[in-house]
Amino acid sequence: MFWEITGRIISTYWPMFLRGAAMTLFVSILSTIIGTFIGLLIGSIRTIPVPERGVKKVILKFINTVLSMYVEFFRGTPMIVQASVIYYGSLMVFGIDMDRTFAAIFIVSINTGAYMTEIIRGGIISIDKGQFEAAHAIGMNHTKTMLHVILPQVMRNILPALGNEFVINIKDTSVLNVIGVTELFFQSKSIAGINYRYFETYFVTCFMYLIMTLSVTRVLRGIERKMDGPDSYNIIPGNQMQVAKPEDIIRRTRNKDSHKN
Amino acid sequence: MEKVIDIQHLSKSFGTNEILKDIDFSVDKGEVVCIIGASGSGKSTLLRCINLLEKPSGGQIIYNGENILDNNHDIYAYRTKLGMVFQQFNLFNNHNVMSNCTIGQIKVLKRSKVEAEKVAMKYLKVVGMDQFINAKPRQLSGGQKQRVAIARALSMEPDVMLFDEPTSALDPEMVGEVLTVMKDLVKSGLTMLVVTHEMQFAGEVANRVVFMDKGVIAEEGTPEQIFNNPKQERTKEFLKRVLR
Repeated sequence: MFWEITGRIISTYWPMFLRGAAMTLFVSILSTIIGTFIGLLIGSIRTIPVPERGVKKVILKFINTVLSMYVEFFRGTPMIVQASVIYYGSLMVFGIDMDRTFAAIFIVSINTGAYMTEIIRGGIISIDKGQFEAAHAIGMNHTKTMLHVILPQVMRNILPALGNEFVINIKDTSVLNVIGVTELFFQSKSIAGINYRYFETYFVTCFMYLIMTLSVTRVLRGIERKMDGPDSYNIIPGNQMQVAKPEDIIRRTRNKDSHKN
Repeated sequence: MEKVIDIQHLSKSFGTNEILKDIDFSVDKGEVVCIIGASGSGKSTLLRCINLLEKPSGGQIIYNGENILDNNHDIYAYRTKLGMVFQQFNLFNNHNVMSNCTIGQIKVLKRSKVEAEKVAMKYLKVVGMDQFINAKPRQLSGGQKQRVAIARALSMEPDVMLFDEPTSALDPEMVGEVLTVMKDLVKSGLTMLVVTHEMQFAGEVANRVVFMDKGVIAEEGTPEQIFNNPKQERTKEFLKRVLR
């Protein structure tokens, strides 16, 4: 009986389910990416060495305090509450009628940004001090050190945590149904409201979330493995002999440049 | 003999811990100075004050006539004139061997990629690592990593090379390959400041040996003078412990 009903629900409402899943994925992917950028920016700012005295010290301390408040607020309150405050608040206080999808991405992004800030700050702190010192010793300032040496290594290290955030976002977009975003849970509520088969409907929903999160986890693990690639072989120094001769490399780079003209 | 580095009354404390006390020290162009001493004597700190990885608590450092501790001094441009080789190699893990040597040239010295690779290749050949340009640091042995680190520092074409115990983290077999590279650099007339425990190396190549003890320069002189004719009691003590 149960499987019959479930089967019927799927065959009747699959467009709605899929549309909901698409919205869920769209919002989670975009928000995780934007949130990561926010985290990179703020995490880097929070690890700028504080000058010992002067105007710059005061400005930096002020900025750090503001950023700390941002992180604490968005980590310390439930996203469902943040969503309501931001969406209805922007309408009532500022008179801005936000498009719901835009609101969804905005809310999840700044929420993710708060968590990613701390993840990335932790990633930066865990990088060996010698990397910073070597970069400084060849004359790199903080920005160049971050861009070319530190942050690339941080990104590789935090990939598991990033994947975690992504999976959390997929599930937590469900709370956006309170502001009427047509993601998967909202669609499920609508479907269940039509046919009153709450258990069977949400059973399907459950599976859809599971499929999404499992797929994302698999893909990210594949990316991790690809990034680490060569490490899995046992390289004996002798085998590193590169076939290309130095003159060839330089010739190739020169030819590449001449093609640009 | 022009003084490249002139240090006067340098002091450095970490909190209440006085690591360097009133150091007067200078280096002439083309000189090879080896700094020896026990752990905690301040030798690494002295080296790190010179390229401002540590900020001195007092005194002054004059580089080619410029006061580098002045507030308006461009610390980043200054650091490009001093190459540093670390005990722990500190190669950039996200770059391969070639990129390690070119990233500083391209991003700091603003050289073109072609020019940077040419210069990098030159110095990688000098250290004997030109065949490993695509290797990542984690795939190299300690001696290989240190040689790449030396090439990386040389690629910036600095006036002075600073070596902070370059062979202390290496297996005995690899120490030789790095010291050979360093001896070649001495022959090329490079100004070098080497903090080391390798007494034989210091004896062979140094123009001057400086013995540091408890934050001061206890004695300095030619290798002959220091190793065969030490005047200070503590120098004799140290050498007795270190040379067998």
